[in-house]
Amino acid sequence: MEKTANATPTAKQTLIGTRVKKPDAPDKATGKTRYINDMVLPQMLIGKVLFAGRPHAKIVRIDTSAAEQLPGVHAVLTGKDATGLKFGFVRDNVALKDKVRCEHDEIAAVAAESEDIARQAVALIEVEYEDLPGVFTPEDGAREDAPLIHDNFPGNKSLAFDFQHGDVAAAEAASDFVVDNVFRPHHVTHCCMGTSCAIADFDHNGKLTIWTQTQYPYNYKMDLAPALGLHPGDIRVIQPPIGGAFGSKLDVYPYEPIAALLARKTGRPVKVIYSREEEFKASPTRQPAIIHMRTGCTRDGTLTFRSADVLLDNGAYTSWGPTIPVIMMRTVSGHYRVPAVDFKAQAIYTNNPYAGSFRGYGNVQCTYATAQQMDMLADMVDMDPLAFHLKNSQKSGEITPQKSFLRECALVECLETAAQASDYSRKRKEYAAQQDAPGRYKKGIGLASSIHNAGGAKIHKSDGIGTILKMDDYARVTVITGASEIGQGIDAVITLIVSEELGVPLEHVTLVNNDSDIAPWDVGVHASRTTFIAGNGTRRAARKAKAQILAAAEKVLGEPAETLELRGGSVVRDQCGTPIIKLDRLLRQMHFQAEPELVMVTDYYEPKSEPEGAQHMSDHSAAYSHAVHIAEITVDTLTGEIKVDKVTVAQDVGRIINRMGLEGQVEGGLAIGLGYALSENMLLDHGLLKNASFRDYKLITAPEMPPLDLHFIESDCAEGPYGAKGISELPTIVIAPAIANALYNATGVRIFNPPMSPETVARAIHERRMQTAPGKATTPSEALAV
Amino acid sequence: MMSVETEIRFSLNGRPVSLKVPATMKTLAMLRDRLGMTGTKYACGEGECGACTIEIDGKTVNSCLMYAVDCDGREVVTIEGLRTPEGLHPVQQAFVDHGAVQCGFCMPGMIMQSRNLLANNPELTREQAQRGLEGNLCRCTGYTKVLDAVDAVAATNTCGGRANP
Ligand code: FES
Ligand code: FES
Repeated sequence: MEKTANATPTAKQTLIGTRVKKPDAPDKATGKTRYINDMVLPQMLIGKVLFAGRPHAKIVRIDTSAAEQLPGVHAVLTGKDATGLKFGFVRDNVALKDKVRCEHDEIAAVAAESEDIARQAVALIEVEYEDLPGVFTPEDGAREDAPLIHDNFPGNKSLAFDFQHGDVAAAEAASDFVVDNVFRPHHVTHCCMGTSCAIADFDHNGKLTIWTQTQYPYNYKMDLAPALGLHPGDIRVIQPPIGGAFGSKLDVYPYEPIAALLARKTGRPVKVIYSREEEFKASPTRQPAIIHMRTGCTRDGTLTFRSADVLLDNGAYTSWGPTIPVIMMRTVSGHYRVPAVDFKAQAIYTNNPYAGSFRGYGNVQCTYATAQQMDMLADMVDMDPLAFHLKNSQKSGEITPQKSFLRECALVECLETAAQASDYSRKRKEYAAQQDAPGRYKKGIGLASSIHNAGGAKIHKSDGIGTILKMDDYARVTVITGASEIGQGIDAVITLIVSEELGVPLEHVTLVNNDSDIAPWDVGVHASRTTFIAGNGTRRAARKAKAQILAAAEKVLGEPAETLELRGGSVVRDQCGTPIIKLDRLLRQMHFQAEPELVMVTDYYEPKSEPEGAQHMSDHSAAYSHAVHIAEITVDTLTGEIKVDKVTVAQDVGRIINRMGLEGQVEGGLAIGLGYALSENMLLDHGLLKNASFRDYKLITAPEMPPLDLHFIESDCAEGPYGAKGISELPTIVIAPAIANALYNATGVRIFNPPMSPETVARAIHERRMQTAPGKATTPSEALAV
Repeated sequence: MMSVETEIRFSLNGRPVSLKVPATMKTLAMLRDRLGMTGTKYACGEGECGACTIEIDGKTVNSCLMYAVDCDGREVVTIEGLRTPEGLHPVQQAFVDHGAVQCGFCMPGMIMQSRNLLANNPELTREQAQRGLEGNLCRCTGYTKVLDAVDAVAATNTCGGRANP
């Protein structure tokens, strides 16, 4: 019984590793996409927040009567409306404050019929403050006589982490060389192009619907609920398209419960949306830190120990930000073979803005230190850094002191590939020799590498994902998944995988992944986990569906299921590719047969990783990956300006799934790292942000983006979907120290307090000249003359 | 406090529009809040990011800086106006095909600016494109694929002249 609709045999073709377009790109390119920022609901009110604008103060008096009387104002809330509704990582935050602990503390909020009225109402709120002395560095916060920021956190102490392995003192005694530096990674912020926005609405059963930018929808319910005194089960999370996240949407920030409190009070939907200035002041930052790092090695270039003493500027409240030591310590202990390790981190409350998670999650800060110390030690033992790195590189199968199991480790391949492609060793020698030669412009080349979790990170009891896959009678596939799309392209990855497994066209796959009442559990977009975790979940669900379809085909066609395949929208004979029955027709038969069958499968994928645990001794990710960046730069020694001429990237990606999406993630991630390295810097003066605009806070622009030479190493991860590993954080992590090492190669100076801005670099070059040749060619005009 | 409203008439994506706007209203707010044209984005409101880029009489402007009353009598084209009856404009299509779109929030402005650069210089080089897009910030893509898309359109010279002749 041949039911051939199309007798042309369909050859086996794979989509894995091809270039697949993002399904949502056409709507985004035409302005059709309705972002959360664009949304308007019937009866919707606009919420506006009154920020404190001072870093530390008591609220003596607050008078909202004038604001309340303004026509068009529906509600005015203050700290007393949120009393006791503590939320946050250690329950130290509240949506509306009764004391000021940082500049952007939310003092009052208004819901009004228009943005204009809301703004006027906010201006009418009278607050009398009594300013308190503040603390603006973690060192100051840790002092015994420091003003206390939260009464219940003595010593201004927030989170602390530590990890020890081996005998550091003995290892140090056995070291021939030790480098000892203090690095001060700075405050930067995410700068999502779409500013923060939430819309909240309560129904009359007390259930909250919140349209939000969260990248963490299920834990979001748990995190938001205490800020409202709600049960998490009474929150429905809807995730419309958003203008970027990069980690900033992992935490609940106060504007979200504020929107909900205003909605509850008014009985109407309330939208809170930030201006760019508010976004700069009141959205998360990358966690700043003071990293005292020491690394030792023997004369032959073998690493002996690493110790890191980290003081984190917690800011006023504890978010995901100060949890970054969990990742920092994996790099300190596990990047290269480190026999003895001592890691300590303490977060100290200050009156500065507080961090959230940010792409690279602590590893950006940490690798800025580790990768420069690798370079310094290579210099001390007089080895080519490449050789020094290779000598200490792990191989597949090694286990780090924290029990990260490097099953498929391509560090050596990454190093060799990048070095060869960029002609690193030759150029490095040549440029070093030119360091003190006359001339204003100096070339430099620098190598850096890091490790990062590439299969999620089991910081919760589960790092899993639920997937529902259903097919209709036209053989259209709907994947209902917890995996959020925040611009990173999981939509393309899931579409590609379904198409690969079920042989349906890419356009016949639809994603439903933005409503917590519909989509199943997931742990969110973070820890470079989504392609890995959701990719596995999707593949497993698709394979279950396929097994069901082929079993049905066996019944209808009388041919054994093992000999059949799904290809080109039909059931085909696997061997020859001859189509036997169209898939839609078979699905209809399944629906209409005597014992009807629906193709609708569920899957719960839980990666084989171990919970992080308080001891930090666990294989916490299902995969680990490495990347090497080699930066080539030209330094203007007069102005201190660094021009990045080219970056060579070699990254272990496990296996390429969507090549176009992968390239885009690496390019974009690297651009964020470039901004971090060169220009981005939140200028805080006693806790007040002085550069809250794109004019004064400099992102990388198109002309500054260097050409990239990308090399993807495919280590074929056994646990990853088709062998893939997570990829999107390493590009942000590795670039800054590669540039720092190139700067050293070019000029002999090192910058310990990024960014490597022109002023900082010019000053360092000037100081070095003063030291190396006092009184000679040291002034700018003289430098210009040579 | 009633602000004075002025009646203005202009062409929006080839169709006549007339409405009353307050003297202080910016074009971006008029497009988004009064006319429901939400394709054009707000990302800074200070002329620093290019997300709000539109074309007026063939020139790109930051609509967040321009007063709405100044649209009177002019030809205004927004991202929604690029689409042709056949589908996406070649520049839009190139952005889709080259993976230039991630979160997409900067893209309306980026595409308007790219299209204008290409229309004024069909042989636009990569360096010229980089300079021409300096005022358009993107936090997602690192601009590489944006430039690839612009290169591809320049190579095939498919951009055409004015956005909405
Ligand atoms: S919104 Fe107009 S330039 Fe940024
Ligand atoms: S694509 Fe997200 S800001 Fe450009």
